[in-house]
Amino acid sequence: MKKSAKKIRSRPDVINKFTGGSWAYSDIVKSHFFHPRNFLWKNSENSKYDAEGIVGSPACGDVMRVWLKIDPKKDKIVEFKWRTFGCASAIAATSMLSVMVTEKGGMKIDKALKVKPQDIMKRLGGLPDRKIHCSVLGDKALRAAVNDWFKKTGQTARIITEGSRVLDPNTKTTEADIEEAVLDGAMTLEVVQKRTKVGIGYPQCIPAVEELIKFYREKYYGKDRK
Amino acid sequence: MKRKIYPHTKRGLASGALNTKNSCSGAGVYLDYAATTPIDRRVFGAMLPYFVEEFGNPSNLYTLGLKAKKAVMEATRKITDVLNCAPDEFIFTGSATEADNLAILGVARSVRRQVSGVKKPKLIISAVEHKGILAVCDALKKEGFEIVELPVGKNGLVNPAELAKVLDKKTTLVSVTCADSETGTVQPIRELAKVIGDFKKKNSFAPYFHTDASQAALYLDTDVKKLGVDLLTLSAHKLYGPKGIGGLYVRRGVAIEPIIYGGGQQRKLRSGTENVPAIVGFGKAMVLAKKDRKTESACVKKLRDKLEKGIFKSISKVVLNGHPTRRLPNFLNISILDIEGEALLLYLDEKGIFVNTGSACNSESLEPSYVLTALGNPYEYVHGSIRFTLGKGTTTSDINYVLRELPPIVAKLRKISPLNLKLGKKERMSEPKAFVGGQAPHFLRKNEKKR
Repeated sequence: MKKSAKKIRSRPDVINKFTGGSWAYSDIVKSHFFHPRNFLWKNSENSKYDAEGIVGSPACGDVMRVWLKIDPKKDKIVEFKWRTFGCASAIAATSMLSVMVTEKGGMKIDKALKVKPQDIMKRLGGLPDRKIHCSVLGDKALRAAVNDWFKKTGQTARIITEGSRVLDPNTKTTEADIEEAVLDGAMTLEVVQKRTKVGIGYPQCIPAVEELIKFYREKYYGKDRK
Repeated sequence: MKRKIYPHTKRGLASGALNTKNSCSGAGVYLDYAATTPIDRRVFGAMLPYFVEEFGNPSNLYTLGLKAKKAVMEATRKITDVLNCAPDEFIFTGSATEADNLAILGVARSVRRQVSGVKKPKLIISAVEHKGILAVCDALKKEGFEIVELPVGKNGLVNPAELAKVLDKKTTLVSVTCADSETGTVQPIRELAKVIGDFKKKNSFAPYFHTDASQAALYLDTDVKKLGVDLLTLSAHKLYGPKGIGGLYVRRGVAIEPIIYGGGQQRKLRSGTENVPAIVGFGKAMVLAKKDRKTESACVKKLRDKLEKGIFKSISKVVLNGHPTRRLPNFLNISILDIEGEALLLYLDEKGIFVNTGSACNSESLEPSYVLTALGNPYEYVHGSIRFTLGKGTTTSDINYVLRELPPIVAKLRKISPLNLKLGKKERMSEPKAFVGGQAPHFLRKNEKKR
């Protein structure tokens, strides 16, 4: 009895019976939202950290700022502090990411760079479909901070550039446009085209667009879902 | 069996229905009366007989049917008495949204059919209309109508002079809400009606004037003659009545056609068997709304002002959204800088306080409130907006509870937040960048495309 009461329910209690997607937050999300782990308490502590990264803008409703302490010998992230302006899923996702990166003595930098929003979501016990959008900044903020570290330590070859290649010169549709369309729920070329008009006057780019849709669909929604 | 008499407190609602935050099963402090209201026990009592005993169809001629018809007629008369119109000038609908749809579509299509020669008929609406109006106007755009949106000032008001500027012979309908559902700012309906009236004097083809009074009906005079409107939308569940019932006042002589076809009920304007218990409840709710209007307005205003003053005193960097005085007495919409509305909403929920927000994260479309952005607020403000709407169940101790719980929550969320925005700097404070892949967010880009 006591044991079961202690166990955190990972699935939210309101499930969309048609899509299986959730409408409400899971208990793990709530736990991280109401009791955020590893967030930076004091401004004065800033200087303690080796690297810093920020993404988002207040106009968008999400800003994440990350501070890292790195063990240069082991190439590991040993501390991850953060501050987030945003909704519950944004706060919980950053909190969870900070736990994932620092647990078990810290994560190797190369491994941390591979953490995807999908991984964070899994650990959170899922997010309501429409809130996935709000949780995708965490790994970007981490990458920004790691880049800062690479710059500071002269490891320029390791810096990751997040380019936004133009796919369709007519409509000026970029990779980021495709990414956002997928995040907004456009899962097929048809729906993405409806939204972005990509490739309608420039069909050469369609194979690349389809590739990207598949990539982002798997990145954000996993392989098992349509 | 004798029907149970429900106890009610002096302000109408049953004690124990709300405000029992200290008990474990308590519903908490509900401050979202603009979303919906609980049914007044007196309304509920009036509805009860029409579920099981008096279940007849008002279209039938035998006694049971006639009893139902009588109940519908009485409820209609109660509502039209408050509106100061004839009983046959009111149509029941399934919601305020349906009433808005009927008003806009019904009039626009009917006028177009009757008046030939106008190539692109025009509809004028305000920028702060309910989605029930905005969406239907979008649909009419596809049918070849021109939609003109009247801007609102920073205080949320539509300027009648602006209306005069855009009125022309092609205009079919003007629709401006009595009070919007986000800030509760009360629009100058009579002044707008006068502008339209003056225009009508000089022109044979005149526009009709519709207003959505769903939020306003509880606190403002809805006498259609005094307001000078041709059509007016009401919603029962915003005035302690049941959900699933709304209505539209349609002045005699207004050209309108139905949007729902069928058995020809309600003067063929809204086919479908009347929802008798809901209509009875609507009638009762309307009577009570008028009866309690003065005392209730004064009561919630006092509590609202206490809440407003308390928040501005205890929390820094707070902005009022909407008009400072021309506002429904139960509305308080503020933006608390540096924190996000949905996060605040959920923290308050954890304390048993139920409020609403205009933040993008709280909406299905993930777009920040268009009403708050129409007031000229930067997105940074809108994301941190929070709406308190008070009602009959609100007590002084509720307000004290909120004033006690809110500041520490704001302090905590501000601690988690990396932002430190400057108050009073109303221009766009941040560059729209880095939402996904280093770009402006979708709602910003959409606006840019429009321009």
